[in-house]
Amino acid sequence: MRHLLSGGDLARDEALHVLDTAEEMARLTTGRTVKKLPALRGRTVVNLFFEDSTRTRTSFELAAKRLSADVVNFSAKGSSLSKGESLKDTALTLEAMGADAVVVRHWASGAPHRLAHSGWIRSSVVNAGDGTHEHPTQALLDAFTVRRHLGGLDGSRVAVVGDVLHSRVARSNVLLLASLGARVTLVAPPTLMPVGVEGWPCETSYDLDAVLPVSDAVMMLRVQRERMNLSGGGYFPSAREYSRRYGLDGRRLRSLPDHAIVMHPGPMNRGLEITADAADCDRSVIVEQVANGVSVRMAVLYLMLGGSEPAIGGAE
Amino acid sequence: MSADRTVPTWLVRGARPLGGDPTDLLLRGGVVAEVGAGLTAAGAEVIDADGLVALPGLVDLHTHLREPGREDAETVESGTLAAALGGFTAVHAMANTDPVADTAGVVEQVWRLGREAGHCDVRPVGAVTVGLAGGRLAELGAMADSAARVRVFSDDGHCVSDAVLMRRALEYVKAFGGVVAQHAQEPRLTEDAQMNEGELAGRLGLSGWPGVAEEAVVARDVLLASHVGSRLHVCHVSTRGSVEIIRLAKARGLPVTAEVTPHHLLLTEDLAATYDPVYKVNPPLRSAEDARALREGLADGTIDAVATDHAPHPAEDKECEWAAAAFGMLGLETALSVVQHTMVDTGLLDWAGVADRMSVRPARIGRVADEAEPHGRPLAAGEPANLVLLDPGSRRTIDPADLASLSRNTPYAGTTLPGQVVATFLRGRPTVLKGAPA
Repeated sequence: MRHLLSGGDLARDEALHVLDTAEEMARLTTGRTVKKLPALRGRTVVNLFFEDSTRTRTSFELAAKRLSADVVNFSAKGSSLSKGESLKDTALTLEAMGADAVVVRHWASGAPHRLAHSGWIRSSVVNAGDGTHEHPTQALLDAFTVRRHLGGLDGSRVAVVGDVLHSRVARSNVLLLASLGARVTLVAPPTLMPVGVEGWPCETSYDLDAVLPVSDAVMMLRVQRERMNLSGGGYFPSAREYSRRYGLDGRRLRSLPDHAIVMHPGPMNRGLEITADAADCDRSVIVEQVANGVSVRMAVLYLMLGGSEPAIGGAE
Repeated sequence: MSADRTVPTWLVRGARPLGGDPTDLLLRGGVVAEVGAGLTAAGAEVIDADGLVALPGLVDLHTHLREPGREDAETVESGTLAAALGGFTAVHAMANTDPVADTAGVVEQVWRLGREAGHCDVRPVGAVTVGLAGGRLAELGAMADSAARVRVFSDDGHCVSDAVLMRRALEYVKAFGGVVAQHAQEPRLTEDAQMNEGELAGRLGLSGWPGVAEEAVVARDVLLASHVGSRLHVCHVSTRGSVEIIRLAKARGLPVTAEVTPHHLLLTEDLAATYDPVYKVNPPLRSAEDARALREGLADGTIDAVATDHAPHPAEDKECEWAAAAFGMLGLETALSVVQHTMVDTGLLDWAGVADRMSVRPARIGRVADEAEPHGRPLAAGEPANLVLLDPGSRRTIDPADLASLSRNTPYAGTTLPGQVVATFLRGRPTVLKGAPA
């Protein structure tokens, strides 16, 4: 794995290998006082964040540190748009400093792709979320979580609900879960469904109540309140109406099959896309997703940088 | 046309006018003195044009020369040299400079810079509205009456989206035979738009620029022009739907003309998947189906002209994130090759058709066909000696470093294209010889 830019970058076998490696990472670190493995000692991982995301940055930072890599956090709030340092100059700087992997979060779709393919840097690039494009490690941790609870992904039915149009989580999940054999249904009001979605490897529905009873997992997406306020061009009339039609509440929770799990990539808007009783119910795996995120990101960094070393040699 | 004695005499031997049978052309005193086989002229400089196609000098209706204001991207000197190397003898310089070409002073400045550079004639385009702001009409009459003799008015880069303002502009320019060239883009439907709206934009997470945002304005403007009895020119048509609307307008006999860019004839939206902003342009690259419709529209004459929309940008405005990058690509030095590749080599248009769409009709639309120093005229005795000689049999691989433009944002880097401009003559004087500046 040279770069990880899209949930579609991984063929089925590669994706399963990442998930299996993540299981191994989880086994080697959970429940131990010393959670550190020596696999990436001497390697440098740069977290390059053009957009604030404490959760994602912390998750990557923990993952790299647990593999003994040196971690540098590089927060570049400016951009060529605001006439701060350009993406190119930032990349050349990181190259000069000898980064082995760059984990990049950017407000612009495609920025990680530019970093990986422009020739500015030689290091591996991990997309930690770019604009409204993709967030592949989120999809991997979601797949990991679903697999743990359902035993497998083949034929499992996953509903992804909410602002699909602006969601990088939805895009990565559709691509990754499809190659892992899951059946994904996107649920959103028509205004939040991307043009051309009928060409994606998934099904779509405008009717959450029809989809929930046949779902093994339901993934609620974050909805930004400001999306409804664009004068004359809001995507939905009001938060109240959105919640009524597309929010997960106690009543809808009861329409799920008994084994189904409730997921959310966070941060949640409690009361908008999910009510407190749904978020905190016993079938909610939202907190577990966070823990799984570290294991999955360890696996990604390890497979990207550890290469052929007999890396997971046991805890120190 | 009176002969200019200071211009040297050139004998072009064996060229094929409009791709027809080989003949000789004698250029003397700035005009075509004779056309025929076996011409001789004592003391004339001779060009062996065996195998070369001769076309009337090309006329571009849509060029961004960037001067005044962005001389780091292009100057009148560099842009007109690029034009000459591309076979052009006249270009229409768009108004979105800094300051905006919305007064007689600015258009005269651009016109004079063109005269001084001498590579091709520069016909400034005047802004329709003050500062391109879409608020009130600029002094269109003053620009028309200036030394620059402006006849084409456009807020290009911005749409004249206000229906009343557009109506007034269409009406007002009738007094001096002007035309409004509309950049058709409904602004609300294209806020923050990055690429063609469609499945690919959805997958790439880039906000969409729907074809309907162009078509809705084209349809409205056709109806407005019909209502007030004015000429309308549609800039850079990019969708199949726009072609259909214009075809319908022409079938009704309305004086509507349209242009298409070389890049919309050849390139398609899938290039956006590279996230390389060299492919970011406005209107955006569309689908293969749109490109096909544009080629057909150009072939059947629904689209009157090929116009380059040559849009130079410095490296830093393209070596960045897609969303942060500037819209636009170079076009002058590759336009004829792209038209040969997409239209001639495919059998859609012969060389006479190319002359019609790249010289005759754009000259008429820009009102430079009946000036004191006209363009777009036939290659016949007594006509001004504006012509281009091209070698359709040669192929070249585009290297941005070779371009005369100050900018490097060509989408064709590394692409091999047919056709090479060998010589360009502006009123009998070579501006380009052996494919290089004369």
